[in-house]
Amino acid sequence: MAGRILAVMEQREGALRMVSREVLAAARRLADAGGGAVDALVLAAGPVADADSLGRFGADRVLTATHPDFRLYQPDGFAATISGAAAEYAAIVFAATATGRDLAPRVAARLKVACASDVTALAAEGDAVTVTRPVYAGKALQRLRLTAIPAIVSVRPNTFPPAESGRAGEASTVEVPAFAPRVTVREIKAPAEAALDVSEAAVVVSGGRGLREPANFKLIEELAAAFGNAAVGASRAVVDAGWRDHGAQVGQTGKTVSPGLYIAVGISGAIQHLAGMRTAGTIVAINKDKDAPIFKSADYGIVGDLFEIVPRLTEEVRKVRGTQ
Amino acid sequence: MKIAVCLKRVPDTTSKIVIGADGKSINEAGLKFVPNPYDEFAVEEALALKEKAGAGETVVYSLGGDSAAETLRTALAMGVDRAVLLKSTGSPDGLAVAQALAAELGTGGYDLILFGKLAVDDYNHQVGTMTAELLGLPCITSVAHLAIDGGTIEAEREVEGGIEVSTCSLPAVVTCDKGLNNPRLPSLKGIMAAKKKPLETRPAALGNATLELLGLELPPERQAGRIVGEGVEAVPVLVELLRTEAKVL
Repeated sequence: MAGRILAVMEQREGALRMVSREVLAAARRLADAGGGAVDALVLAAGPVADADSLGRFGADRVLTATHPDFRLYQPDGFAATISGAAAEYAAIVFAATATGRDLAPRVAARLKVACASDVTALAAEGDAVTVTRPVYAGKALQRLRLTAIPAIVSVRPNTFPPAESGRAGEASTVEVPAFAPRVTVREIKAPAEAALDVSEAAVVVSGGRGLREPANFKLIEELAAAFGNAAVGASRAVVDAGWRDHGAQVGQTGKTVSPGLYIAVGISGAIQHLAGMRTAGTIVAINKDKDAPIFKSADYGIVGDLFEIVPRLTEEVRKVRGTQ
Repeated sequence: MKIAVCLKRVPDTTSKIVIGADGKSINEAGLKFVPNPYDEFAVEEALALKEKAGAGETVVYSLGGDSAAETLRTALAMGVDRAVLLKSTGSPDGLAVAQALAAELGTGGYDLILFGKLAVDDYNHQVGTMTAELLGLPCITSVAHLAIDGGTIEAEREVEGGIEVSTCSLPAVVTCDKGLNNPRLPSLKGIMAAKKKPLETRPAALGNATLELLGLELPPERQAGRIVGEGVEAVPVLVELLRTEAKVL
């Protein structure tokens, strides 16, 4: 696109979130098709560590919007700031995270333009943006053309790999207009154990009914820990049974994930689960039933007793990764 | 307390999706349709809040064709007081749908308007939020825990690596996530009572769409994988393949 693209960065308590680089990569894709430029926008209460690295990851300019209420997400203030600056932009790109999924439709509604959520591919087509996005939890792909300006999209985490492109990243500021804080985010409570989220992790290890009882999820947790960068997922059956929190559920009424590696342990592979993980890079299945549908979707399968296989796999992964 | 719930009719999550002849829609032949699962959490929350308050009214809205009346009857059977069907062919543009809902809900005098966090068909995550913005109401999305004290809401929602705690005042819009409650099943008595409850039908005033649906297709099939072996002996083979072939370890 010939115009400017706004890439909305995410920070939490003064630290840039990694997904911001993916947003820049997606914005760069739109800009590079027509000689356009990318502005990264950081909304925060003060200085943000690593904001000066955003040029390296594709930002021609790094804009900061600073307000005392922006330590955490401030829905009304963020929406007012972005929609206030929107007239300069051909497209605005968000991450399809908890924040981005909340914020992008607010901005779109204020500007009276459409929003394409959770896109996995995008391209510029003259002044319009075309996108591909999974619907029915990934059982089908929808192609859309956004005709209003600016085009508003949120991009699914783990689908636009960050790329170093050595841009200037010239620092500038954006004014925060007066806003009425209708919603106040008071705090972010950390879970009992600081856990990676299945939607953002590079590796996801998921457990299902084959684990027989909740305490056996320890095996899954140990395997995930051995990778060092893995999140623990779960099938709908075990979430409905109360073994794991809903936040861990992979599938149509849970999360759709795209990690580089997905390991399904003791999960038979119901259609709604398969829909949630089919875009993973590599899929491994471990199941005692050789006819389980999960093996049809898996790149590599092991048939057998997970209670023997998983501890051994954990041991081997520890050796390779050098983890404890 | 006067509460509105917006409900969508969607294919059951266990359905296999087949693309229709127009290449833009799904083939509905033989599909089972259900109330959107996240909207059921919204219905349950509305009923529980009214029961707790001991007074009030719950109203359920659906935008769709004649068949959406069946979905509305399900909510009436669960205990909702009355229903409104906003007749429309729908739109792929969430804003066009939100404009129709805002036009309808804005004059309803609601203390609380509830949505599911997303519909499991189009996965847009946006109609509830956009409706709130158009109405100028506070909105908290993907809520898994909700407490209302007087005119104030405290809500919790899952964010990456934590739980975000937010507050706002009524009237407000809340979109509901799994974990909020366990939706009740309609009782036989409820099903009988639902037949006599009011269900109004009127045309929806959809906004102009600013996005165009180009096509709908099935995702590429994954290449068939292989069973690398049986039992614990297969583990070293798997690890080697993950390192050298898949290059993910």
